Amino acid sequence: MSKRKKLDKNVLFRILKYITDNFKMELIVIIIAIIVSSVCHVSSQLFLQKLIDDYITPLIGVVNPSFQRLGQAVFFMALICLVGVIATFLYTRVVVIISQGVLKIIRDDMFSHMETLPVKFFDDNSHGDIMSYYINDTDTLREMISQSIPNVVNSAVILVAVFISMLTLNVPLTLVIVVGVLVMLKVAKVVGGQASKYFVLRQKSVATVNGFIEEMIDGQKVIKVFTYEDEAKKSFDKLNEELFENTKKANTFANIMMPIMGNIGYLLYVVIAILGSIIAIKTNTLTIGAIASFLLLTRNFTMQVNQVSQQYNSVALAMAGARRIFNLIDQKSEENKGHIVLSYVRKNDDGLLVESNTYTGLWAWKDLDNNTLTELKGDVRFIDVDFSYVKGKQVLKDINLYAKPGQKIAFVGATGAGKTTITNLINRFYDIESGTILYDGIDIKRINKNDLRKSLGIVLQDTNLFTGTIMDNLRYGRENATDDECIEAARLANADKFIRKLPNGYNTIIKGNGSNLSQGQRQLLAIARCAVSNPPVMILDEATSSIDTRTEKIVQDGMDKLMEGRTVFVIAHRLSTVRNAKAIMVLENGEIIERGDHEKLIEEKGKYYQLYTGAFELE
Amino acid sequence: MIKRILKSVREYKKATFLTPFYVSLEVILEVLIPVLMADIIDKGIEKSDFKVIFIIGGILVLLAILSLIFGALSGKYAALASSGFAKNLRKDMYYKVQDYSFSNIERFSSSSLVTRLTTDVNNVQMAYQMITRIAVRAPMMLLFSLLMVLTINAKLALIFLIVAFVLGFLLIWIATIAHPLFEGVFTTYDELNNGVQENVRGIRVVKAYVQEEHEIDKFNKISDKIYRDFLKAEKLVALNNPIMRLCIYTSILLVSWFGAHYVVSGTLTSGELTSVVTYAAQILNSLMMLSMIYVMCIISLPSIKRIVEVLDEKPDLKNPKKAIYEVKDGSIVFDNVSFSYVNDQEKLSLKDVNIKIKSGEVIGIIGGIGSSKSTLVNLIPRLYDVLTGSVKVGGVDVRDYDIASLRDSVAVVLQKNVLFSGTIMDNLRWGKKDATLEEVKKVCDIACCNEFIDKFPLGYDTYIDQGGTNVSGGQKQRLCIARALLKNPKILILDDSTSAVDTKTDALIRKAFKEYIPDVTKIIIAQRISSVEDCDRVIVLDNGEIDAFDTPKKLLKNNKIYQEVYNSQVRGSDSSE
Repeated sequence: MSKRKKLDKNVLFRILKYITDNFKMELIVIIIAIIVSSVCHVSSQLFLQKLIDDYITPLIGVVNPSFQRLGQAVFFMALICLVGVIATFLYTRVVVIISQGVLKIIRDDMFSHMETLPVKFFDDNSHGDIMSYYINDTDTLREMISQSIPNVVNSAVILVAVFISMLTLNVPLTLVIVVGVLVMLKVAKVVGGQASKYFVLRQKSVATVNGFIEEMIDGQKVIKVFTYEDEAKKSFDKLNEELFENTKKANTFANIMMPIMGNIGYLLYVVIAILGSIIAIKTNTLTIGAIASFLLLTRNFTMQVNQVSQQYNSVALAMAGARRIFNLIDQKSEENKGHIVLSYVRKNDDGLLVESNTYTGLWAWKDLDNNTLTELKGDVRFIDVDFSYVKGKQVLKDINLYAKPGQKIAFVGATGAGKTTITNLINRFYDIESGTILYDGIDIKRINKNDLRKSLGIVLQDTNLFTGTIMDNLRYGRENATDDECIEAARLANADKFIRKLPNGYNTIIKGNGSNLSQGQRQLLAIARCAVSNPPVMILDEATSSIDTRTEKIVQDGMDKLMEGRTVFVIAHRLSTVRNAKAIMVLENGEIIERGDHEKLIEEKGKYYQLYTGAFELE
Repeated sequence: MIKRILKSVREYKKATFLTPFYVSLEVILEVLIPVLMADIIDKGIEKSDFKVIFIIGGILVLLAILSLIFGALSGKYAALASSGFAKNLRKDMYYKVQDYSFSNIERFSSSSLVTRLTTDVNNVQMAYQMITRIAVRAPMMLLFSLLMVLTINAKLALIFLIVAFVLGFLLIWIATIAHPLFEGVFTTYDELNNGVQENVRGIRVVKAYVQEEHEIDKFNKISDKIYRDFLKAEKLVALNNPIMRLCIYTSILLVSWFGAHYVVSGTLTSGELTSVVTYAAQILNSLMMLSMIYVMCIISLPSIKRIVEVLDEKPDLKNPKKAIYEVKDGSIVFDNVSFSYVNDQEKLSLKDVNIKIKSGEVIGIIGGIGSSKSTLVNLIPRLYDVLTGSVKVGGVDVRDYDIASLRDSVAVVLQKNVLFSGTIMDNLRWGKKDATLEEVKKVCDIACCNEFIDKFPLGYDTYIDQGGTNVSGGQKQRLCIARALLKNPKILILDDSTSAVDTKTDALIRKAFKEYIPDVTKIIIAQRISSVEDCDRVIVLDNGEIDAFDTPKKLLKNNKIYQEVYNSQVRGSDSSE
C-alpha cells in the first residue's frame, strides 16, 4: 500500500471517528433504516415475479377469476412498501442531522484550534490559503458526508440484497452479471481517470485565470492610463482559451461516463434476456416471471454500480479537503507553561500589595508556585538576545537594551532591520533563540502568555477592527469597561470628534475591517482601543503612519497623555514621531548601531542624522 | 435578461442545438429498448421461438450501441457548448470592462467584478450544460415513456399521469420553500467567512488582547446558526427521497393490481406488464431531474443578473466622432472647472478651478488629505469628465481628442500604482511595446532605477511578483516613473509618486527631468515640501478649491497653508528642542 493510500485510509477513519464519537445512536438508526429500506426496495422489485407466477398466470383462462388472493398480496406488499418509505424518511433525515452535526463540530474544532496556533502559522501561510479551509474544504466534506457516504452505503446494501436475490433465482446468470460489472468498473476507472486528470488541469487553469483577472482588474486604472487595453485583451484571450480547452475535455469525459456505463448496462440486459430465454426454453428451470424479475434486478444492479462510480470524483475531492482540514487540526498549538499570572491588586494602608477581585488600575505578577506578588511596573530588559525566523538566517544579533518604567524607547531603521521583530519578542509572538528578556525582573518565559499579553498594549500599522459597533471595538481589550471610559479614551486619541459625526455615533457598525472609515480614522480607533485596555506597557508599531503631518500634530497631544507614566516602545517611519523619546535605537541588519536621545544622535552625525535629513530611503 | 447573455453563445450555437438533438435520439432509443424486451418475452420465450429471440436480441444490441454513441456525442457537444459559452461570456465581460472608465470601475468595485467574471460565469456554465442536456432529456423521457405506456394500455397510463402530477407538484413545492432557506444559509456563511478572515488578518490583535476565547464564542454562535438553518433546509430537501419512493411504490402497486386484471382478461400480456413497471421508474426519475433543473435555474438567476449588469453598463466616456489624434504641445488650461464624483452640483470635489499652465512648466501641487489633488490631475488625461467648464490640453478640449491618443501624450503615475507579475522589462514595456534596450536604459537612468536594477542578478529580467511585493516601495515607485517616461509623453503627472523615495534620489530624479525632458510639462503632487520647492509654480489646494497658485518663494511669504506644511516639515528638523 502506498503512503498516500494509507494516509487516505487514516483520513477516512478520522472522519468516521467523528461520526461514531458523536452520533452513536443515530448511526445505529441509520444502518438499520438503510437495511430495512433496501430490503423493502428489493422486495418491491421481486414482487412482480411473484405477481405474474403465483397470482396472474393461475388465473388466466379461469372463468370468474377471484382476485381476493391477489388483493391480499398487493395489500401485504403495500405494507412492506410503507415500511420502506418510513425507513427511507428516517435515514435521509438522520443523515442530515449527522452530516450537519459533524460539519459543525469539525468547523468549531478547526476554528478553536486555529486560535491556539502561534503567530508563526499565520505568517507562514497565505491568508487565502487559510480561508479556503473554511470555504472549500469543509464544503467538499459536506458533500461527501451528506451524499457520497449514504449513497455508497445505500447502494452497497442494495447491491448485496440484489446479488443474493439473483443468486436464488439463477446462479449461472448471476455469474454473467458479475463479469459484466467487472467490465463496467474497469471502464469507469479508465474514463473517470481521464476526467479527473483534466479536472486537475482545469482547476489549475481556473486558478490562473482567476489570478489574472484579479491582478488585471485590480490594476485596471493603470491599464487605462497606459491605454494597454488591447494587450490586456490578448493575454486574457490566451488564458481563457486554455481554460476552455481543459474545461471542455474534463466535462466531456465526465459527460460520456453516464451513457457508456448506462449502455453497458443495457447490453448486459440483452445478454441476460437471451441467455435467460435459452435456459428457460432448454431446461425449463426458469419461469417467465423469474426472467422478468431477473431482468429488473439486472437493471437495478447496473444502476447501483453506476451510482457508486459517480461518487468517485466527489470522494477524491473530499479526501483532499479532509486531508487539509486534519492538517490544520494537527498543527501544534502555542505552548503556554508560564506559572506567573497577572492579578488585580490594591495597596493597603501600610503600602503593601493586597490582591483584589476587581479592576483597580493596579496590577501585580503573582507566582503561582509560591504566591508571591511583584508589582507590575513595566521594566523591560533585553539581555544578549538573538533571534531568527528561519534557522541560520539571523534577524537579531546581540540585542541589549533596557526600558525603565515610564520611559519611551524608539526604534528606527529601514524595512527589515528588525524593529517589528523586537516587539514580537516582548509579547512572545515569537520566542527568542538565546539570551533573556526580563519583565519587572522576571524572565518572560516564566510568565503565562495570556497574562503577559494582557499587560502589553499594542497598536499596529495595519489596523484590524472587528465587525461590530465602534463601542464593541473600543472595548475589545477590556470587556467590562464602561461606556464613559471608552468615550474618554476616544477623546484622548482624538477619535471622539469623527465618531460623533458618524450616522450612529458610537453605535455605528463597522464592517469589512472598517472599510467605511479612512485609514487614519482606523488608526485613531486602534489607539483609543489600546487606551481603554489601559496597559502599563505599550507598543506602537507605526501607529500614526497613515495620519498626515497636520493631523498627527493634533493626535500627538493625546498620544503624549496616553503615554504618560507608561513604558512605551515606538516604531516609526516618520522621525518627528520619535523625537521626544528617552532613547532612540537605530537598527541595521538586526543590530543596534546607534543609541541615544535625539540631540545626541544628531550631534553624532551618523546613520540617524542621515535618516533624519532624508538622505536615506526608509522603505 | 436571459436573452442578453445568450448573445454570447455565438460559434457554439451548433453545439448547443446538436446536444438536445443527440439527447433526443438517445432518449427515443432508451424508450424503445423496454418495448423490445417485452417482445422478447412475449414473442420469443413464450413461443419458444429462438429465431425471434435472436433477431430482437440483435436489434437490441444494435440499439444499445447506437444509444451509447448518441449519448457520448450529446455529452461531448454539451461540454463543448457550455464551456464555449462560458468562454465567450468571460471574454465579452472582460472586453467590456476594458471599455470602462474610472467611474464605471468604481461603481462596481474590483472585487465584485472579479466575482462576476469567475464565480457567476461558472454558475451559468453549469446551469447551461444541465439545461441543454437534462432539460430536454427529462421532459422527453417523460413524454415518450407516457406515450409508450399509452400505446400499451391507456388506463394504466392514467395512473402514471396522476402520480407524476402529484410528485411533480410536491418536488417543486419543496424546492420553492427550500431555496430561500438556502440563500439565508449562504448569507450566514459569508458572515462566518468574514469572521474567520478578520481573525486570520487580525490574529496579532486577537492574541495581543488575549481575546481567543471571545472570538471562539463569536464563531460558535455563527457556526451554530449555520447548523440550525442548514438542518432546516436540508431536512426539507431530504423529503425528496422518501416522497419519490412513495410515488414509485404507489404506481407499482396500482399497476400490479389493475395490470393483473388486464392480463387475466387478456388485454395485456405479462411482458407488457414488466415493461410498464420499467417505465414507471423512468417517468418518476425524469420528474426528479426536472425539479433539479428548477433549483439550478433559481440558483443561477442572480448570477445571470450580475453578469448582465456588467455587460449592459454604459461606459461613461465616449470617444468623439470627429476625434483629433494629435496633441500639439503640453499646455494645460482649466477653464471654470467643477467636478463631482456623483454628478451632483451640491457635492463638488472641485469648484471653479481656473488654471493656465504653459508647455514645459514644472508645477507642484500640495494640499491636505481630501483636498482633491488627485482629482484635479485625473481630469487632464480625461480619466473623468468635468461637470461644468472645460479642460484643454494643447489648446483643445480633452473631450475632442481620441482618448487613446490623449492618454499616450499625458502620462500619469498613479498614487496607488501597480506593477504586474512579469519581468522588469515586461513591466517597463507597458509604456512602449517595442522599446529597445537602449530606450529602456535611458528612462531608467532618468528615474534612477539602474542603481538597483544593476544589483539584481538577472537585471531587467528580474521577475516581479504579483503586486510588486518583491521590490521595495521606493523601487516600485521609480519603476512606475520609468514606465511612464517610456511613453515619451508631452505631459507627465506624478501623483505622490516619490513618497517612498529618499529625498536625495527624489532630487536627482527632478534634476534629470530638467536635463533630459525639459520640454515636457511636469505636474508633481507631493506631501513632502522638498519635492515641490524647486517647481516653477505651486498650486495650493484646499477642499477642492485653488487657495493659491504662485511661485514657491511667494507662497512661503503669503500663503498660510503652504507655510503650515513647510513649518511642520522643514523648520522642525532644524530646530533642536
